[in-house]
Amino acid sequence: MAEFTLPANSKVKIGDTYKAPDGAKRVKKFKIYRYDPDKGANPRLDTYEIDMDDCAPMVLDALIKIKNEIDTTLTFRRSCREGICGSCSMNIDGTNTLACLKPIEDVKGDVHIYPLPHMPVIKDLVPDLSVPYAQLASVEPWLQADTPPSPTEERRQSPEEREKLDGLWECVLCFCCTTSCPSYWWNGDRYLGPAVLLQAYRWIADSRDERTGDRLDALEDPFRLYRCHTIMNCTKTCPKGLNPAKAIAEIKKLMVLRQ
Amino acid sequence: MSAHNRPLSPHLQVYKPQLTSVMSICHRATGIALAAGVLLLVWWVVAAAAGPEAFATAHGFLGSWFGMLILFGFTGALMYHLCNGIRHLFWDAGYGFELETAYKSGWMTLGAAAVLTVVAWIIVAAG
Repeated sequence: MAEFTLPANSKVKIGDTYKAPDGAKRVKKFKIYRYDPDKGANPRLDTYEIDMDDCAPMVLDALIKIKNEIDTTLTFRRSCREGICGSCSMNIDGTNTLACLKPIEDVKGDVHIYPLPHMPVIKDLVPDLSVPYAQLASVEPWLQADTPPSPTEERRQSPEEREKLDGLWECVLCFCCTTSCPSYWWNGDRYLGPAVLLQAYRWIADSRDERTGDRLDALEDPFRLYRCHTIMNCTKTCPKGLNPAKAIAEIKKLMVLRQ
Repeated sequence: MSAHNRPLSPHLQVYKPQLTSVMSICHRATGIALAAGVLLLVWWVVAAAAGPEAFATAHGFLGSWFGMLILFGFTGALMYHLCNGIRHLFWDAGYGFELETAYKSGWMTLGAAAVLTVVAWIIVAAG
């Protein structure tokens, strides 16, 4: 059931402020969600003042600068710094995106940074993603076919059939979309969410996969699929420019067409 | 520390409202408002069947400035729910999912609902 307010242990308190060095001319304030599991205190919002003349352009650059030079305890996931690994997904300036792809100058005023919304927080900007990962595993995101592959060549696919996978295979599983979805916030234990449904459709749409019927059977459920109410936050927030809302609509269409 | 004590990250508190998400929640809100509004109209019709005195009470309330305000809101909710419902039918058929199209259809829905509401009241006022 939907709970619109945060539980008592999750309310965000005001935290510390780290001033910019003297003589800094272009100062930008980064207000960052902090939670330390060892302290047992509520999460807080720390303020870091950064001299933009001494910082690289992306939000991830600022986070790394803070961790290297100001506060080594700041914890976040990151790896490739070029939008391929999907690690640094977080809520920046009110929408979910990858910190490495978000230019600081796109944010007017202070830069507010929170973990992905409505998730259990392990530490600072690191959410616990075990539920969405388990949901991903539940759609069996791999090629399944009864026809044995030829020993001498790959499973053939025409350029047209391959084209149907464009806009699906590019997903980096950052879960920006899933955690932007109010339906997932209220029913995340039973609704699979946009990222996992896009993955499900990626295999349904694959001409080489022979389990389309089973895959649709598994999704034919008032919660797993049909909690999508076309709110479109997923498509709006996807840092890779993909369209999970459309992928979900395609699944719903196939459900009707096979009746 | 056990996983059960982990705090929940902020959601509604920090997520910026988007045109599409606001219109979605408004669709649900107007749906509920319409259900309540229909009860009001039923009261009006039942009063008409019950006799001149009951009808005068109901008609008097709906004809007052407050009653008219409620009816205007009811008309607005109806037109919005109708137009956005048509938008949803296109989505159900698989059309209009590109972000640009979804925003365009959103603004069109809001415009159409406003125009239809005003036109309906001009017709009532002229009649």
